[in-house]
Amino acid sequence: MLDDFFIRALIAGIGVAIVTGPLGCFVVWRRLSYFGDTLAHSALLGVTLAYSMEFNIAFSVFIISSLIALTLIQLQKRTNLPGDALLGLLAHSSLAVGLVVIGFLSFIRFDIMGLLFGDILAVTVDDLLIIWIGGALILLVLKLIWKPLFASTVNYELAEAEGLNPDRAKAIFTILMAAIIAISIKMVGLLLITGMLIIPAAMARNISSSPQKMVIYSIIGGLLSVILGLFSSLEFNTASGPSIIAASLFLFILSLLNIKQSIKLKN
Amino acid sequence: MSSSQNILVKLNEAGFSLNNKWLVKGVSLQVEKGKIVTLIGPNGSGKSTTAKIALGIYKKIDGEVEKYTNKVGYVPQKISIDWTLPLRVNDFMVLTENLNKETIDEALSLTGVIHLKDKNLGDLSGGEFQRVLLARAISKKPELLVLDEPVQGVDFTGEIALYELIKKISDELNCGILLISHDLHTVMSATDHVVCLNGHVCCSGSPMDVAKNNEYKALFGEQASQILSRYEHRHDHVHTSEGEIKKN
Repeated sequence: MLDDFFIRALIAGIGVAIVTGPLGCFVVWRRLSYFGDTLAHSALLGVTLAYSMEFNIAFSVFIISSLIALTLIQLQKRTNLPGDALLGLLAHSSLAVGLVVIGFLSFIRFDIMGLLFGDILAVTVDDLLIIWIGGALILLVLKLIWKPLFASTVNYELAEAEGLNPDRAKAIFTILMAAIIAISIKMVGLLLITGMLIIPAAMARNISSSPQKMVIYSIIGGLLSVILGLFSSLEFNTASGPSIIAASLFLFILSLLNIKQSIKLKN
Repeated sequence: MSSSQNILVKLNEAGFSLNNKWLVKGVSLQVEKGKIVTLIGPNGSGKSTTAKIALGIYKKIDGEVEKYTNKVGYVPQKISIDWTLPLRVNDFMVLTENLNKETIDEALSLTGVIHLKDKNLGDLSGGEFQRVLLARAISKKPELLVLDEPVQGVDFTGEIALYELIKKISDELNCGILLISHDLHTVMSATDHVVCLNGHVCCSGSPMDVAKNNEYKALFGEQASQILSRYEHRHDHVHTSEGEIKKN
């Protein structure tokens, strides 16, 4: 029944969901969803470079996304353009350049759909190692910068005044965002990675009363989405990424029912 | 008295400009252990800016700032918290430092908001939130406390009690306090040093000295000057009432 590739996809998805849970909460709290999108779009460029230079995909995506994030920070300092315009500029230009490069790589068979929407067939044992080791590293670093990052998310000046160095935490968090996109691109696909970050966290926000609870519910929501999504992907022969995201949307709708109930209770 | 070891933060001709406009310029002051330094001045005179320079929030400053402690508690004048965060009072208390339950409860009790511990921060009234902010700042037993209008929005009796609490904390923890206040009545009795700002330091010294200063009179009017000197005169009375609180 359950083939090897499916087990591999499940293990990969679980690894991704454990990491996107807490990171996704920060994406929601810090309003970074368009930033996540921009990094994800730039991942295509990373993938094409990996193919053309026969390089590891996750590593190449990580490098390119980090460069795009650093470019964004520099552009914010040096231009008067608003943040969303800069994000759009970087997202679409890196996507376009990536697609142009693909055109030159006609000698390689390219599964562009798999790249955009995820492909469970493509998950190899090497990918599992990258996801679990990379994911563990991301969580470890996030734990180390949790205090300054969370404090500056609540209030930057308090964190700065009380000696927590929020700027450093923010820079490290940016790198973590690039890293999670790099390790999860094969699972969810680059168009839907931000959904994996935001939707379980948004679902968790609806049902939690403290930041810790929100992180835990966000992880649980991500895990359920992966399991539900992958099984239905196998059942209905759909792409893994959209199936996972659709499952997380389903959970989000359920969490809305919870809100309605609590409002009724208050009245 | 003022040995250099006791200095917590020292500003030397410090200033800060934004968009080519000076918010404050040429401020020199120092806060020592166990002393309360109060900044007064009209709106827009650079009080909050001076506090942020002292705290190191503004980095591209003119002049020098020397900070000798990292144990800082800060109550900002304005605080905007994003309600995309589910944040209870209890979570807010441990924002910048991990504290045990007793310490949190003690600080919340001192400012009279222990009953709000499990409430969502967004559901508090202005005055309640102000008390939580103060509790958070004192709970970590800081060496330097920077209070930017710490009792705004607090009811009248609460205001007096909180100022007495601030004075008590300064004595008990032997911490230095940089206080910003509009309320000349309540504050001056406990202040060791007053700095009167108006884009620059217009005068500074003991409350009595400042009250006599002509620039101060020009800025605040004759009546304010009388308030300061009157409270200087009633200094003893405040000490007695403070002793009564300690008995409690």
